[in-house]
This record gives sequence, C-alpha cells and structure tokens, in this order.
Amino acid sequence: MNLTRLRLGYVPLIDAAPLIVAHELGFAAEEGLAFDLVRLTAWAQSRDMLGAGMIDAAHMLVPMPVAQALGLGPALPEFDLLMFLSQGGQAIAVGADLTARLRAAGHEFDFRDARAAGLAIRRAATGRLRVGVPFRFSTQHELIAHWLGVSGITDFEVTTVPPPMMADALEAGEVDAFCVGEPWASFAVDRGIAALLLPGTAIWAAPPEKGLMMRRDMAEGRPELTGRLMRAIWRSCRWLDRPESRGMAAEILSRGDYLNLPPELAERGLTGRLLVTPAGETRRTPRFIAFHDGAATFPWKSLAALFAARIARGHGQEPEQAMRRAMRHFRTDLYRQHLGPAGAALPGASARIEGALAEDREVSAGKGQMILRADAFFDGRIFEPPFPD
Amino acid sequence: MDKRLAIMIIEADETRAATIVDGLREAGDFEIHTVSDSAGLARRIAETRPDVVLIDLADPSRDILEELALASGPTERPVAMFVDRSDAPLTRAAIEAGVSAYVVDGLRGDRIKPILDAAIARFHMFQRMRAELAATRAALEERKIIDRAKAILMKARGIDEEAAYALLRKTAMDQGKRVAEIAQQLVMAAGLLT
Repeated sequence: MNLTRLRLGYVPLIDAAPLIVAHELGFAAEEGLAFDLVRLTAWAQSRDMLGAGMIDAAHMLVPMPVAQALGLGPALPEFDLLMFLSQGGQAIAVGADLTARLRAAGHEFDFRDARAAGLAIRRAATGRLRVGVPFRFSTQHELIAHWLGVSGITDFEVTTVPPPMMADALEAGEVDAFCVGEPWASFAVDRGIAALLLPGTAIWAAPPEKGLMMRRDMAEGRPELTGRLMRAIWRSCRWLDRPESRGMAAEILSRGDYLNLPPELAERGLTGRLLVTPAGETRRTPRFIAFHDGAATFPWKSLAALFAARIARGHGQEPEQAMRRAMRHFRTDLYRQHLGPAGAALPGASARIEGALAEDREVSAGKGQMILRADAFFDGRIFEPPFPD
Repeated sequence: MDKRLAIMIIEADETRAATIVDGLREAGDFEIHTVSDSAGLARRIAETRPDVVLIDLADPSRDILEELALASGPTERPVAMFVDRSDAPLTRAAIEAGVSAYVVDGLRGDRIKPILDAAIARFHMFQRMRAELAATRAALEERKIIDRAKAILMKARGIDEEAAYALLRKTAMDQGKRVAEIAQQLVMAAGLLT
C-alpha cells in the first residue's frame, strides 16, 4: 500500500509521545500515513515552519495559536488547534538557594500542596522572584502567574529559558525557579542542582499542555487527510493512557532519534514517580501526565478563552474580543467530524465552566455517557467565557 | 538623512557570522554587532539597542528573543516587533531560507528589505553547504559499512574482496535494494551471530 507522507514537527519532550508512538507502533500506517518526524529546537521555529508550510502539522504549546490569533507573532497563514495531545507533564523546580531557605522554613517538599508551597515561597523569597518558563505563551506561564498571584506573591518576573538550558540558568543563578515539561525538571534534579516543588497538576488538576496544530487552509482543504491524521494520533493517545504502556513509551521516546536521554529519565514523568530531590526522595503523582482519558483530547473553546483572557490583559488588548478571536482557533467542529465516527466520546457543548470539577464526573454525551476528568484549580478558581462559543 | 541602522547577528559559528557580515556590508552601510553566546542576551540587546536582530530560525535562543520582542514596555523596547506584518511574502522567504529577523517597531519596509534580502541570500548559501556536507558524510558512512560487510564475507566464505563486492551487488540487484542497504543488513546480522 502506498502511504501518504506527512511532515510533523515536535520538540523533544515526553509529551511528544502521541506523535512518536503513532509513528513507531503503526497507528499512522493503519490510517495509510507515513510520518516524517522533524525534531525542532525552538517553539518559534515550529510556529514559523508550520506557517511557511515546511511542516504539515506540529506538536505545539496550547496557548500558541491563541497568541497568534491576537496578532502577537509574525504575519503567517492562520493555524488551528485540532485536538489536545496532553494534560499536565509540567513540574516546578527550585534552585539550591531557594531549596535551602524553604527547608529552613520547614517546608517538606510533599510535591502535592500548592497552597502550602505558595505560602512557603512567600516566606522564603528575598526580593524579586525570577521564574523561567519555556515560552511566553505557554501553560507553564499561566500556571506560574496564577499560583504566585493567588499565593500573594506580587514581586515576580517570568522569563523565557529554552528547556535544555533550564538547569544551566538555575545553576548560574539567572532564575530562582522554573516551570517546565518533563524530562527537563528531572534532568535538573539529576544534575544535583534543583528540587521539585510541585507538579503542574497540583495547581490545576488538568492543565492542557500541548496540542496538534495544522494550518487552517490545509485542515479545511484536505478534510480526509486531516481526519486520518487526527484518528492516528487519537489512537496513539488512547494507547498511551493504558498504564502498562508507559514503560514502553519511555523506552521508545528515549532513543537517540527522539529525546536522546536515558529511558529512566523519561519514565519518571510518564509513570508519575518523580525523584524530587538529589538526595533520592521520590513522590507518586497519579495522573502527572494524561493523554486521553476523561476527554483529555477534546479542545474546549472555553480553554482558548481562558488563555486569551490573561494574554490580552498582558498586552493591552480588550479581553472579550480576544476571547472571541481565540475560540475560533480551537476546532471542536473538526474534532466532532473526524473523531466522533472513530469512537471518541463527544460532549454536548463545546465550551464549559473551567475548573468546576473537583472530581471526575459522568455526564451524558452524544452516545450514552462519558467521564469528564476533574479539572479544579487549587484555589477553587472557576472561569466561564462570557459567551457560549 | 536616515541614521545608520544597527544590526545584531546572533550566531555561534564564527565563520558563518563573518559570511553574513560580508553579505550585509555589500548591501549597505550598517553598524554591525555579532554575538556568539546567548548568555546575557537580554542585557546585550538592551545595551546595543539594535534596529534589526538576525538569528538562525532553529536557534534555541529564539524563544528568548520572542519574549524580548513582545514583553518590553514602551520606554525600554529594544526590539519591538517581527518583520513588518504587512510584508508576508518577505516573512515567508526568510523562514524558508532559515533566517529569522526581529525589527524595531516603526522601521520602514524599504529600509528593512535590503538587509533581509542580503541575509536570505547568505542563509540560502549555508543551507546548500550544509546539505552538501550531509551528503558527503552519508556517502562516507556508506563506504565504511560496505567495507565492513566485504570483510565479513571475505572471512566467512574465504573469498577475495572483489568477489565479496560482486556478491553484495548481485544480492542487492536481486532484491531491488541498494548495495549499502544489503551491507547494513549483513553487518547487523553478523553482529547478532557473534
């Protein structure tokens, strides 16, 4: 059979797993596709190459199409988020200095309680707190801004540090802490220069992290091909959320072509068993990263609005209009069209109240029932876009 | 007359940086700064206050530049925006050449274009050189594998080098594959057997 070739861009992180696994385990071939996986080194590079048509689709930070929709990027053809690829997978790491002060203040690094960690930081911080994130428009930025804000820390500065350079920046004292996707937080712990304070999921139970992006002209102009790609990735996500798959996924991802790191490092994030200090203390975090269960792949338009609201405020734009613009780029319509027939559970609405579920909840779906995953913020924040969709 | 534009080139490879500088000198009279290390990039930019920053599309420090381009307040803006948003074809040509440019807000398109054209030409040249280098390396690698496969055959079957190569070639032709692929398979299989 002749396979259709697609060039997919990814940045080497454990949450690139849906693309890599779809290629390695044959989910792509089942849909008649052959992936050329292109490893990239910067998020801006991914955005630009997608815009210029040098790659057909990409693994990208969820807020990136939001920023692009708000004109905060170069003049490129529009691209859309077709589905989420992952939730969670981030961790907050603190440098040796801050670790010592937190310990002195009695903090126990339980890697669980965001409120306690926030209070401890407020007591321990001296002067302006500098926090590294991988990109200005990232879930990490939203997590940090929300958590520090609620914790009453006002004197902080969020700066961009490329993930492979996070450990260096922390060691050099350029930042006091950082929030990054795995395996880069664990990498800093192994270097003996950082301790892990919190997983992203302790701040927000289901933070959408990466999405599958495609140019709008291609997604709409070649619906059959778009459907095949989405189904291949969706089946890969479903395989990844079987607990017994995670060890094998870590082994595949760690190969030289992909992350090129010891499998043990990728395995920590994928299994939710993280080493939080160089001394060897480990913590278990169920659902540290999720790919599929609880409608994890459904691109709620309300999440586009949530990210748009903060980005708009930060760039002097009118929030309501920004939300409207951003929501158009989360393609729940394409999700329903292509993944509904493949068996994905479809929620009745395309936007919802974010942060409302303290526990998993069963709701009615297009066909029978579906389970929505708990998505509460640690402080009970809820967010509802001012209009339905 | 307009003031001389300041251009900053961020490039770790010195030869490459020099070639880009040459290209820009041919294109006009500019004040050119080269930076080889991304450490302290924000400070360097704040000090130099360049009108244009040029950087490899795939440089990891680009994400830092994105931040600088967007985050700075009105009074401290070092590099304010991307290439003129009205000139989409130029943006695209730059991306295809592998160069990314950050341009200070309000700079006229006719002043940016010669700079970008020169950078694009030089980056295209580099892409060609890189592709040629990769092809040469691949060919060299294939030669090594074929040599190893020949040695295995010579030892296992007691034949000479010429006969070993002929055998590889015949097998490749029979299977519709390249000699290098057959050699690769043989080397791998031999590795499993020993």
